Amino acid sequence: MATVELRFSALPEHVRTARLVAAAVARRAGVDESVLDELRLAVGEACSRAVALHQRNGVDGAVRVALTEQEKRFLIEVADEAGPAHAAGAAANGGDPEDEDALGLAVITGLVEDVEVGNGSDGGVIRMSWPVTPISVAV
Amino acid sequence: MDLSLSTRTVGDRTVVEVGGEIDVYTAPKLREQLVELVNDGNYHLVVDMEGVDFLDSTGLGVLVGGLKRVRAHEGSLRLVCNQERILKIFRITGLTKVFPIHNSVDEAVAATD
Repeated sequence: MATVELRFSALPEHVRTARLVAAAVARRAGVDESVLDELRLAVGEACSRAVALHQRNGVDGAVRVALTEQEKRFLIEVADEAGPAHAAGAAANGGDPEDEDALGLAVITGLVEDVEVGNGSDGGVIRMSWPVTPISVAV
Repeated sequence: MDLSLSTRTVGDRTVVEVGGEIDVYTAPKLREQLVELVNDGNYHLVVDMEGVDFLDSTGLGVLVGGLKRVRAHEGSLRLVCNQERILKIFRITGLTKVFPIHNSVDEAVAATD
């Protein structure tokens, strides 16, 4: 089970909340301070993309962000309910630079070493993970 | 936390000072501002991003859109940014090759191609 799970209506105004929650949970899990900015950005990109897919496909539904603390990694999954992904990830190769989907994926893949763009039961899923630095004292 | 926008004219340039967060929620406001400026005949824009705390790909898309609009009128769009975390986003998307990025508004205003 995820350490913290967040579900929000696929609307742009909630993406900021998801970024802040993800960064807070990651910090607590022991993800290094130096990558928290990148993590926040990557989660924002994944959520923005999910929201855009919902809007483009004209479907309601929620975006699910699962934050899971593992022994050595901090795992983030962002799943949409926008229906079958239309060749998820295909836009990452080239395309119009104004295409925000392509730019968003470019940012994610540029920032995150361990990233996987796949399909879930109701739509696309982006899985990302970061190393956790062992901390001796957790307050 | 929200987006702040203000514009001023310096010589033949229009400086757009942006502050706060440019993301999927706030980027449309920046887009509207740039579209309005171009529609009003301001074709040489300097976007000052020193007060920006957060920028994502939606914001990048808006800036690219702005660049296309001014170029259609043989104009220019220059950015002012010294923040490493913001510059990094331009680098990983290859957009440092697309936008002239300056250290200060003075430098951007004085620059010519």
